[in-house]
Amino acid sequence: MIGLTATVVFAGKFASWEVEFLSKEFFITLILLSSGVFGFFISLDLFTMFLFYELAVIPMYLLIGIWGSGPREYSAMKLTLMLMGGSAFLLLGLLGIYFYSGNDTVSPTFNILEIAERTIPAEAQRFFFPFAFVGFGVLGALYPLHTWSPDGHASAPTAVSMLHAGVLMKLGGYGCFRVAMFLLPEAANEMAWFFLILTTISIVYGAFGAVHQKDLKYINAYSSVSHCGLVLFALLMMNPTAMDGAILQMISHGLMCALFFALIGMIYGRTHTRMINEMGGIMRVMPFLGVIYVIGGLASLGLPGLSGFVAEMSIFVGSFQINDVFHRVITVLACTSIVVTAVYILRLVGIMLLGPIIHKEHEKLGDAHWFERISAGALTAAIIGMGMAPFWLSDMIGESLIPIVKQLTTNIGL
Amino acid sequence: MNLESFLIMRHEIMLTALAILFLFADLVWKENNKKGLIPFVIILFAVNVIIGLMPASTGVLFGGMYQTSGIQILMKNVLNIGVLIVFIQSYRWLISDEVVHKIGEYFFLLIVTLTGMNFMISSGDFLMFYLGLEIATIPIAALAAYDRLKQKSAEAGIKLILSSALSSGILLYGISMIYGTTGTTYFSDVTSLIHYEPLQILGLIFFFTGMGFKISLVPFHLWTADVYEGAPINITSYLSVISKGAASFIFMIILFTAFRYFIDVWQNLIFLISAVTMTIGNLFAIRQNNIKRFLAFSSIAQAGFLMLGIIGGSQLGMTSVVYFALIYIFSNLGAFGVATAISNATGKENISDYKGLYHTNPKLSLLMLLSLFSLAGIPPVAGFFGKFFLFTAAAQQGFYILVLIAVINAIISLYYYLLVVKAMFLNKSDNPIPYFKSDFPTRLALLICLTGIIIIGFASYVFEYIKNLSFGV
Repeated sequence: MIGLTATVVFAGKFASWEVEFLSKEFFITLILLSSGVFGFFISLDLFTMFLFYELAVIPMYLLIGIWGSGPREYSAMKLTLMLMGGSAFLLLGLLGIYFYSGNDTVSPTFNILEIAERTIPAEAQRFFFPFAFVGFGVLGALYPLHTWSPDGHASAPTAVSMLHAGVLMKLGGYGCFRVAMFLLPEAANEMAWFFLILTTISIVYGAFGAVHQKDLKYINAYSSVSHCGLVLFALLMMNPTAMDGAILQMISHGLMCALFFALIGMIYGRTHTRMINEMGGIMRVMPFLGVIYVIGGLASLGLPGLSGFVAEMSIFVGSFQINDVFHRVITVLACTSIVVTAVYILRLVGIMLLGPIIHKEHEKLGDAHWFERISAGALTAAIIGMGMAPFWLSDMIGESLIPIVKQLTTNIGL
Repeated sequence: MNLESFLIMRHEIMLTALAILFLFADLVWKENNKKGLIPFVIILFAVNVIIGLMPASTGVLFGGMYQTSGIQILMKNVLNIGVLIVFIQSYRWLISDEVVHKIGEYFFLLIVTLTGMNFMISSGDFLMFYLGLEIATIPIAALAAYDRLKQKSAEAGIKLILSSALSSGILLYGISMIYGTTGTTYFSDVTSLIHYEPLQILGLIFFFTGMGFKISLVPFHLWTADVYEGAPINITSYLSVISKGAASFIFMIILFTAFRYFIDVWQNLIFLISAVTMTIGNLFAIRQNNIKRFLAFSSIAQAGFLMLGIIGGSQLGMTSVVYFALIYIFSNLGAFGVATAISNATGKENISDYKGLYHTNPKLSLLMLLSLFSLAGIPPVAGFFGKFFLFTAAAQQGFYILVLIAVINAIISLYYYLLVVKAMFLNKSDNPIPYFKSDFPTRLALLICLTGIIIIGFASYVFEYIKNLSFGV
C-alpha cells in the first residue's frame, strides 16, 4: 500500500509540470482531485474512503468540461454520471457492511481493520458484495461499465488524463481488493467466477478495441481498460502470487499510462493532431520523445526488464497455479491480450515513429523542453527501475498483503 | 399560569410581539422613508433569533395542548435562522418601487406565518396543530400574490389558497375520523387508543394526504411548480425552505408520537410516496428552464429524500431529518440567493441565460456551484453529510431497496444540477449576464449561506447536538 501511495505522489507531481500554460483554477481543481486520491488511499475507514472517492470524481467534471478537447461536455457528463452511479452502488454496499458489522454485543463500525476481525453473515455478504464490487469496478473500468473511460480520457487535458488513467483507475482496483474482497471474503470467493468472466472480457476486448483506434488517446484509453481489467482479474484469482502481481500491475500501469499520456500531450502540442496516420517520422524530428515512447510501449507489451513484464508474469504464473479447468482456460484467454497488445503497440511505433514524415511542416518541430524531459525521464526511470529490480517493491507488497491473504484464507480455506 | 410557565412559549410570544410591533411601526413610519423600516426589522429579528438560541425551559401547557422539548426548540431555531436569511435576501426586492409602500405587510405576514409554524411544531393536540397549520398557510397565499399587478403572481396566490384549502379539508376529515374512533384529539391519548380499525387507518391516510400537500409530495405536488414560478422569488424561497421544513417536522413528530403503533402502516405509505416523489421530482426537474421551476422540482425531490429519514422511525432518522433540513436551508437559500441577485440585477430567470456566468461573475457562480453541489450531495460541502445520514437512517432499518432507489435518484439529480453548472462554467454565450456588484444585504445573506454550507458538514458537534435531543418511535 505504501508503494501505491508513493506512485500517486509520483504521478501527481508530474501531472503538474504544465504550470506555465494554464490558469489557476485548473490547478485548484487538479489539487482537489489529487487530495481526493490521496485521501482515498490512506483512509482506513469506509466513510472517509467514500468521501474521498466522491471528492476525486467531481473535479473531473470541471477539468474535462472546461479544459478538455473534442466532445468535452458529453464526455465530462458521461464520465461523472457513470462514476457517480458507481459510487451510488458503492454507498449501498458500504452501508450494508457497516450495519452488518455490528451485532447484539458490538456496535457497528466503519473501521476497515475492525470489520475485518468480525464476521459478516454470509447472506448479507452475498447481497452486498456485488454492490461494493461493481461500485469500485466502474472506476476500475470493468466491462461493460468501462465506456466512460475512452471518451473521458480522450477529451481530458493531458495532466488530467495522466492522473486519471495513472491513478484514479487504480482506486477501483484498490477498493475492490481492500473493501469488497477483504471485508466480504466468502461472497468474494463464491462470486469470483462471474466477475472473472467479466474481467477476461475487459482484458481481451480492451486490447482489440485499442487495435481499431486511430486516435492516440483512444488507443491508450482502451489499453488502460485492458490493463485495469488485468488488475481486477488477478485480484479475483485469490492467489498470493497473482495478487502480488495485481499490485505490481497497478503501479506499473500507473507509471506507463502517465508516461503515455504525457508523451501524447507533448506530441500533440507540437503536431496538433493525435491521429496516427497523419503523423510519421516522429523519431527523426523528436528523438527524445520517440525513444521514450518506444520504451513505454515495450513496457506495456511486457518486455522483460521493464515493469510490465514483472507484473504480468506474476499475474499469469499465479493464476495458472490454480488447479482447475475454468481458471486455466480464462488465464490462457487473458494471455492472448499480450499478443494483441504487441500488435497495436508495434503498429503504432512502425507508422508514427519510424514511418516517413507525412506533413512537411512536421520536419521543423523541435524536441522536448527541459521540463518535459524531467517529467518523462523520471517516469521512464521508474519503469526501468521496477523492471530491473522488482524485489524492493514486491517485498514491500508481499508484507502488506500478508494480513489480507490471511483474512481470505482463514475465511474460505484456500 | 405564572410567568415561568408563560416563558415556555417564549418563541411564539416573541414572534407575536414582533409581528404586532412591525404592524404599528409600519403605521407610524414616515410614508416617504419606508426603506428605513427594513434595517429596523432585520436587526430586531436577528435579536429574536439570538434570544431564541439561548437555553429555554421545556414543558407542557394548557393541559397538553402545547408542548415543547429540546428538539422542538431546535426546530424553531432552525426556522428562525432561515427566515432571517430570507429577510436579508429580500432587501433588494423590497426597496424596488412597486412594493416599497407595503413593506410592513410583508414582514407582518411572514412573521405571522412563522408564529403559526412554531405553534404547529409545539402542538400536543390535533386541534392546536390544525390551528397552527392554518395560521401558517393563509398568509402565505397573500404573500404569493404580493406582486398583485402581475398576473402570474395573482394566479399563484389563488392556486395556493385553493389547493391548501382542499388539503386542509382532507386533513381535517382525517382528524375527525381519528377523533371519532378514539374520542380524543390529544396525541398522547390517541397513541394508546389506536388499534387497527379500518376507520383509523383511513384517518391516517387522509392525514397523510393533507400533509403530502403541504410538503408537496408526489402525487400531491401539482401546485408546487406553478406557485413557485408565479410568486415573488423571495416568497418562493420561503415556501420551499421554511414552510416545507416546518411541515416535515410536525409530520415526523405526529407520526412518531400519535401514530406510533401504526408504524407498519405508514412505513409502507412512506416507502411508496418517497420513491415516487424522488423519481418524479427529479425527472421533471431535468426539463425545466426557468430557475424557479427548476428549484421547485428539485425541492420536491428533496422532500422525497427527507422521507428516508422519517421512514425508519428511529432516533437516527429524526436526527438526520433535522440535520438535513438545517443544511437544506443554507444550500437552497444559497441557490435562491444567487437566483435572486441575478433576477434583481437583470430580470433574467432562465437557466439558458446563465451561460458564461463564470466569466462575468465568478463569485456568484462559485457560490451557485457550491449550493448546487450541496443540494446534490457532493463532498466536501454539507449536503453530502446530510444525505449520507438520511441514507444511513433508512439503511439502518433495513430499507436497502429504498436506499438503492434514492441513490439512483441522487445521480439523476446530479445530472440536472450539473446542467446548471455546465451553463455557468462550460458554455460560452454571445450575450452573457454582465458583471454587476451586489449590495451589502445580498452579499451578507450569501455569506451566511456559504458559511453554513461549508461548516455544518465538518462541525460534527452539530450532528451530535441534534442527536442528543432526538427521539425515536
